[in-house]
Amino acid sequence: MNKNTQRTIDLVNRNLAKRYRAEKRFRFYGLLSISFGLLCLVLLFTDIIGKGHSAFLQTYVALDVHFDADVLGIDNIDDETQLTVANYDGVIRKALLERFSDVRSRRDKRQLYALVSNGAGFDLQDVFRERPEQWLGKTETLWLLADDDVDTYVKSRTASGEAFTGRLSENQQRWVEALIADERIEKRFNTIFFTSGDSREPELAGIRGAIMGSLFTLMVTLVLSFPIGVAAAVYLEEYAPKNKWTDLIEVNINNLAAVPSIIFGLLGLAIFINFFEMPRSIPLVGGIVLTLMTLPTIIISSRASIKAVPPSIREAALGIGASKMQMILHHVLPLAMPGMLTGAIIGMAQALGETAPLLMIGMVAFIVDIPGGATDPATVLPVQIFLWSDSPERAFVERTSAAIMVLLAFLIVMNTLAVWLRKRLERRW
Amino acid sequence: MDTSTLLAVTAALTALAYVIGRGRSLSQAANVGGIRNLNSLPFYYGMLTALWCGLPALALLILWVIFDEPIIHALVIDSLPEQMRQLSGSELGLLINSVENIAAGNSAAMGVDPHLQAASERLISLREASRQALVVVVLCGGLLFGIFGWARVRPQLKARVQVETTFKLALLLCSCIAIVTTLGIVLSVLFESLRFFQTVSFFDFIFGLDWSPQMAIRADQVGSSGAFGAVPLFVGTLLISAIAMLVAVPTGLMAAIYLSEYAGRRLRAVVKPLLEVLAGIPTVVYGFFAALTVAPMIRDNGAVLGLDVSSESALAAGLVMGVMIIPFVSSLSDDVINAVPQSLRDGSFGLGATRSETIRQVVIPAALPGIVGGVLLAVSRAIGETMIVVMAAGLAANLTANPLESVTTVTVQIVTLLVGDQEFDSPKTLSAFALGLMLFVVTLTLNYIALHVVRKYREQYE
Repeated sequence: MNKNTQRTIDLVNRNLAKRYRAEKRFRFYGLLSISFGLLCLVLLFTDIIGKGHSAFLQTYVALDVHFDADVLGIDNIDDETQLTVANYDGVIRKALLERFSDVRSRRDKRQLYALVSNGAGFDLQDVFRERPEQWLGKTETLWLLADDDVDTYVKSRTASGEAFTGRLSENQQRWVEALIADERIEKRFNTIFFTSGDSREPELAGIRGAIMGSLFTLMVTLVLSFPIGVAAAVYLEEYAPKNKWTDLIEVNINNLAAVPSIIFGLLGLAIFINFFEMPRSIPLVGGIVLTLMTLPTIIISSRASIKAVPPSIREAALGIGASKMQMILHHVLPLAMPGMLTGAIIGMAQALGETAPLLMIGMVAFIVDIPGGATDPATVLPVQIFLWSDSPERAFVERTSAAIMVLLAFLIVMNTLAVWLRKRLERRW
Repeated sequence: MDTSTLLAVTAALTALAYVIGRGRSLSQAANVGGIRNLNSLPFYYGMLTALWCGLPALALLILWVIFDEPIIHALVIDSLPEQMRQLSGSELGLLINSVENIAAGNSAAMGVDPHLQAASERLISLREASRQALVVVVLCGGLLFGIFGWARVRPQLKARVQVETTFKLALLLCSCIAIVTTLGIVLSVLFESLRFFQTVSFFDFIFGLDWSPQMAIRADQVGSSGAFGAVPLFVGTLLISAIAMLVAVPTGLMAAIYLSEYAGRRLRAVVKPLLEVLAGIPTVVYGFFAALTVAPMIRDNGAVLGLDVSSESALAAGLVMGVMIIPFVSSLSDDVINAVPQSLRDGSFGLGATRSETIRQVVIPAALPGIVGGVLLAVSRAIGETMIVVMAAGLAANLTANPLESVTTVTVQIVTLLVGDQEFDSPKTLSAFALGLMLFVVTLTLNYIALHVVRKYREQYE
């Protein structure tokens, strides 16, 4: 007997080191997994921020613009149409030619003109029209919007003189370097990015249109999904009898919560666009599709917060003579509201980041105008990111990343708000 | 008056109905000796009158908007000359479209068929008449029913019961939207798929090895016969999902085990929300990351090793999708691991097992059904994931199991087939709905099995 015990303990001792090593290894795998997850998070954020931070600055070129009445084609400064159709591009070209007077051949000239953005003429028009009588015939030093290739070159330029040249020719690089040496190139805060709609020219493209589109879409989603979701949750928690029909509703809600979002896009396309012949690309349809998609989330979280209201409150209300509807509207709903709001915000955050169903209902169109309502053609922020990420210009890469940063900022704000709301208002019974 | 103004006016009318309904109940209460002799509180009489006014007006408005356009179109077609009315359905649709265009002033005024010109004028005048009639009908309807409701206000009227019944019905209707949505999905996807299977046989679709949905526009066109064998898509989807699962399941599971069994409260409180952030990042961001950072990185590293890696490799899309699913797996596993009773662990420790032995031989087997359920849900998410693969995976339907090559998936094809303008009678468009049907059926089955497994497990320890 004694001999046997001895042997068991030997056996244990012999394997102990190995078992402890296995234990350590196992623990290490766990740590490794967590580190991998966190590493991916850090990598993703540094990659996006590293690519996108430069888009918040935009390169401008200073030129001595001479407002020559002949070049502009203006003989009467009170004539509005003359001011509108005047040849502002011509003045800019003249200024460029004066700065680089050695440029002769047509090919070189065209390259020289390409240093300044196509949109610079419109900017010039805006500043000139504020005081045409002062500036006509005068020469002013003005900061003009640079082309996206110049922008990329200037931003990627390191101290040692290396830079991403992209489509810039040798001549163009030389001119840009000369301008930099003259301190005639400057990076300023990129207001265009926040104030204009989409454009084919990276330096003129902004996210205002997409943000407004997202706003209208989310408004439609919120207005539809919150009341409907809360009403459905109230019915299921407070009224629904236990029968087949109620079971069917519950099974459907749970299944819809797990259906891939693109299926909702197919639904929207077949029912709203094809059957009801609603217009494509409008936030109203997008909002309805996203409502159907977020409803399960909102119903499930609303039900949880209604369930969390203790039965004693219901019984007290009923006991002093309230009807069931009065009990719900006066007592249960106000107490459950913080939880419902949290659920709604999380549902909205989900809807804000959603792309695939909106592609199906045509919100991928190239839309320059900033939408003014829920029935104007629009695109949304994630779809704008998708569209830009397809563009070949390098300048769009940084703008895409910047748009992602804006989208993530919105999401972080919304989720923080939800967490704060839950902490602040949630009551423990 | 446009529709939104009309809605506002109707709302104002309804509010007015509330006020006068309530006022009438109060004045009647004065006759019978105070509010306590009324059946319900004055509020409910007001609400009932408002409902009588608002609901019929709203119903009329909705009906009008639905039937307005078809009736006008029918009237316009009736006014067209005989030979135009004989046209088939789709040609008639085109005709109506051109009439619409003329009416909207989009077509050049010159060279337009005088019949169509007349029809467009008729269209415009009918629209104008309809708009004015709508205002009159809605407001009169609201007014008439409101007066009827107002006349019904009597002290004996059970206003509260009636108002509450109406509200309860509204609640019931809202909860039925889930069923309507499911029905809508099934019907829309199923009908279009059935139309697709009329031209392409079901078995060719399910078992065919060749996918090139480009249809010939002319009969003699070369190289665009339109082949709808979906096997390459299924294989591509499975390949990318398998890579994603290879990343997500071990990582997510080990992270959940470490967080619930080893980590202290402080570490857990920091790491868990950070991992959840991964789940909250929009998929389009992951797609961008996969296409612009991960895919080139894999291609360059492959080139160093002498491998020929496609720039749209399945590996890149799968890896990034795996990262996206990590928090999904870890939070589901975390829940089931925490649900395993402490007594099981204590028993195992008491027998001399180390922590890892307890986890591997006691906790995991006990939590296995829940973990399997979670993994199945994760698989269904990977299969239905769209943006990552649209941006990072390819379009070419290669039938391959090599993760370094480019493959396409079901969701990618749905998006490419349906983005932009399309006609609803070509097999090319309809095939997307057939793919959608497959996707819906597969994810639904996976979810059903997963929920079933999870539910069965939960009953054991509760």
